[in-house]
Amino acid sequence: MIRTEEISFRVGTFQLQRLSINIAKGEYFVLLGPPGSGKTIFLECLCGLKKIYSGRIYIDGRQVTNLEPRARGIGYVPQDYALFPHLTAEQNIAFGLRVHSYQHKETQARVAETAELLDIRRLLSRRIHGLSGGEKQRVALARALVLQPKILLLDEPVCALDEVTRQEVCVQLLDIQRRLGLTTIHVSHNLEEAFTVADRAAILNAGILQQAGPLDELLAKPNSKFVARFMRREKNLPYRDNTNHKK
Amino acid sequence: MKTAMNTPVRGWRDRIFSAATLFFVSVFIIFVLTLIVTDIFYVDKEAVKEVLKSPFIRHALWMSIWTSLTATLIALFFAVPMGYALSRFRFPGHILADAIVDLPIVFPPLVAGLTLLVFFSLTAPGRWIQEDLGIEFVFQPKGIVLCQFVAAASFAIRSAKTVFDDVDRRYENVALTLGCTQWASFRRVCLPLARNGIIAGGILTWARAFGLFGPLMIFVGSFRGRTEVLSTTIFLEQSVGNLEVALAIALLLIFVALIAVISIRLVGGSALVKL
Repeated sequence: MIRTEEISFRVGTFQLQRLSINIAKGEYFVLLGPPGSGKTIFLECLCGLKKIYSGRIYIDGRQVTNLEPRARGIGYVPQDYALFPHLTAEQNIAFGLRVHSYQHKETQARVAETAELLDIRRLLSRRIHGLSGGEKQRVALARALVLQPKILLLDEPVCALDEVTRQEVCVQLLDIQRRLGLTTIHVSHNLEEAFTVADRAAILNAGILQQAGPLDELLAKPNSKFVARFMRREKNLPYRDNTNHKK
Repeated sequence: MKTAMNTPVRGWRDRIFSAATLFFVSVFIIFVLTLIVTDIFYVDKEAVKEVLKSPFIRHALWMSIWTSLTATLIALFFAVPMGYALSRFRFPGHILADAIVDLPIVFPPLVAGLTLLVFFSLTAPGRWIQEDLGIEFVFQPKGIVLCQFVAAASFAIRSAKTVFDDVDRRYENVALTLGCTQWASFRRVCLPLARNGIIAGGILTWARAFGLFGPLMIFVGSFRGRTEVLSTTIFLEQSVGNLEVALAIALLLIFVALIAVISIRLVGGSALVKL
C-alpha cells in the first residue's frame, strides 16, 4: 500500500537518509524514534508537504513522488492537530468536503456520520479555543477521516493527552482503523503506545531507519545497541557491540 | 483600579510595576489631550462658523476623505500579496526587497514629493505616462492619491507581512492535504486568520495618508477647490495669519480621524486593539 524507495530529504544539518519502508494494506504501522529523529519530516514527505530530493514514493502501486498533497488521498493529523481557530468544530470537519464542493446535504450527512463514529456530536457547534486536548484530537481525526482516505497519517496523536486518556484513545484509534480498514502510520516516541496499537513498527534515529518489523521481533532481536536501548533491552543484547573498542 | 478576574494574585512589587507602566500611558494620553484642549480654547466661534460654512474647506475635507480611502484601498491591494510573498517565499534579493518596502517610511516626506515631481516632469517614462497615456498626476487630484500611496503603502505591507509571519504554516499545510491548492489554502485559511492584522495595517495606512502634508505641497500643490486637502488648508490658513481658522480645521481633522479610527476598531473587533 505504501512503499518508499530510498527517500532522502535534507533540512539544515539534518538529513533523512535513503529511507525504504513497505507498509501493507490495512496495516497499523508505528514509527518510533526519539524527538528530532525525523519522524514528522518522514510523514510530511509522504503527504507531499516536503519535497524529497531523491528516492520514490508509491501509494497503492502508483508513484506519487511528484504529486501535490491534495492528489495523494492521504488523511493527515499533525502534531498539536492544527485545527483552524477561526472555524467551529463542525466547520473544521466539513472543511475538506467544502473544498471538494460537496453538496450541502451530503456535507452535513458526512459530518454527522463521522461525528457519530468518533462520538463528538456534542462538540460540533463549539469553537476550537474552548476544546480540551482530547476533544481537539478527535475533531482533527474527524476532519481527516471525513474525506474517507485510504491512508491515515497520525503525528504523535496522543502526546498532548494524560496517560489514562492516552491509553483509551489508542484503543479507540485501533478500533476505528480496523473498522475502516485504513492503512495507518502512527508516529510516536512512546513504546507503550506502540504496544497498544502496532501491527508492525520501525525505529528511526537521526534520519536513519534502524530496524523495522513486528514489535516482538524488535524486542527479541534488536539489530543495534540503539534499538535495544529504545526497546529497553540493553542488558540482554543478543549481538556483539564493538563500537566502543574501535580506535 | 478595576482588575480583571483572571489576573493572578499580586504582591506590592507587581503593583509598582503595573503602576509604572500605567504612569507612562497616563503621561502620554494627558500630553496629547492637553494639546487638543489648548487648540479648543484658542479657537473662537467665528472661526468654527467660517470652517463649517466655507465651501472650499468642505471640498478639502471631502478631498481628504476620498483620496486617503482610495490610497488605502490601493495600498491594501498591494499589501496582501506582497506581505504573503515576503513572509512565505525566499527568492534572490529577498532581504533587499524587504528593506525597500520600509524605505518610504524613512524617506523625509519632502523627498517623496520631490522624487515624484522629478519622475513625472523630467524623466521619459514619467512624461510618457503623463503626456502619451494622458494619466496626469502633477498638480492633479490623482497625484494626491499617488503621493499618499507612496508615503503610506509601506505601513500596510509591513503589517501584512508581520501578520502572515504570525499565521502558523501548519494550518496551510493541513489545508493542502484536505484538498486545497495553495491559492485556496491562502483564501480559506491564511487570509481569514490574518484579517484583523491587515485591517489594523489599513488603519495605520489611512491615518498616514489622511494627514499627509509635505509631499503634497511639492507634487500637487494646494489649489483651492482642486488639490486642496485639510492638511494643506491648515498650512495655507496659518501662512496668511488665520491662526484660529487653521486650528479649527485642525480640530476638524482630528475629530474625523478619531471617529474613523474608533469605528474601524469597533467593527474590526478587539483583536485590532492589540496592534
